[in-house]
Amino acid sequence: MNRQQEQDAQDSRGYYRRMQSAIEELLILKGVFSGADVEREVKAMDSRDPGRGAKMVARAWLDPDYKSRVLKDGSAAAEELGFAVGPLRLIVLEDTPSVHNVIVCTLCSCYPRMLLGLPPEWYKSRDYRSRVVREPRKVLQEFGTRIPDEVEIRVHDSTADMRYMVLPLRPAGTERLDEEQLAQLVTRDSLIGVTMVDAQG
Amino acid sequence: MSVPEAVPARFGPGSRVQVRRADPPGHVRTPWYCRGHNGVIERICGNFANPEELAYNRDGLPVQPLYRVRFLCRELWRDYEGNAGDAVEIEIFQHWLEAR
Repeated sequence: MNRQQEQDAQDSRGYYRRMQSAIEELLILKGVFSGADVEREVKAMDSRDPGRGAKMVARAWLDPDYKSRVLKDGSAAAEELGFAVGPLRLIVLEDTPSVHNVIVCTLCSCYPRMLLGLPPEWYKSRDYRSRVVREPRKVLQEFGTRIPDEVEIRVHDSTADMRYMVLPLRPAGTERLDEEQLAQLVTRDSLIGVTMVDAQG
Repeated sequence: MSVPEAVPARFGPGSRVQVRRADPPGHVRTPWYCRGHNGVIERICGNFANPEELAYNRDGLPVQPLYRVRFLCRELWRDYEGNAGDAVEIEIFQHWLEAR
């Protein structure tokens, strides 16, 4: 970015921030919701982090019955562990030795926030959103993930009412770990599908 | 609350479809890069209110079947060089799809 572009980007962020505060104030004045409602929602959002998705993955690795429920109805399987999913539907995509999954939202930044919290900045970037559907192997390589040629890549574009999370492959050498130890290995990026789970964590 | 009438599903898993090549104004959730391309229905996601209507504060009814459609990367991008099975899956509402 040159200086002018940087300046423009900062101005537009300032613009949207001002617009957001103005709309928030108006909605509170009109009684659509209260300041306390906003605070409660922000707190709820902050309480969600990838640990939720990691717990589902670790459970699915250890319990084949739970895994089949996860793949059949992701929302119900999340609720089973006490994670409210809300009106959107969660689809969990299973990686196998022959298929690797990765998620994106090319239109905006749809993300399984109910399980992973706020998306990382790069997930919302135009660069990731436009390129991962066009050259997924190259983009994954930039995350340090080399997918063998014989493994098929499936890119999932979240364009409507579904939300996606990847069920990554369980790495070799983790046979003796319990659920909590396994969950520690599962990173946010592996739940998005841009990295694999590493037995070393 | 009464269950709103749904538009009947015209396709099922495995159906071959083509995305309409259209450019309507307004809030559209069919990505540009799949328009006019051929794919296969991977699953029916259920019935959902039409976002093109919801965006303008209308009720979005009748609810529309929403599908997940699988497109081979080689179908979407002529010069794609990865595995021939590499694919992109996209949620697309029925009114954007035609049978092939």
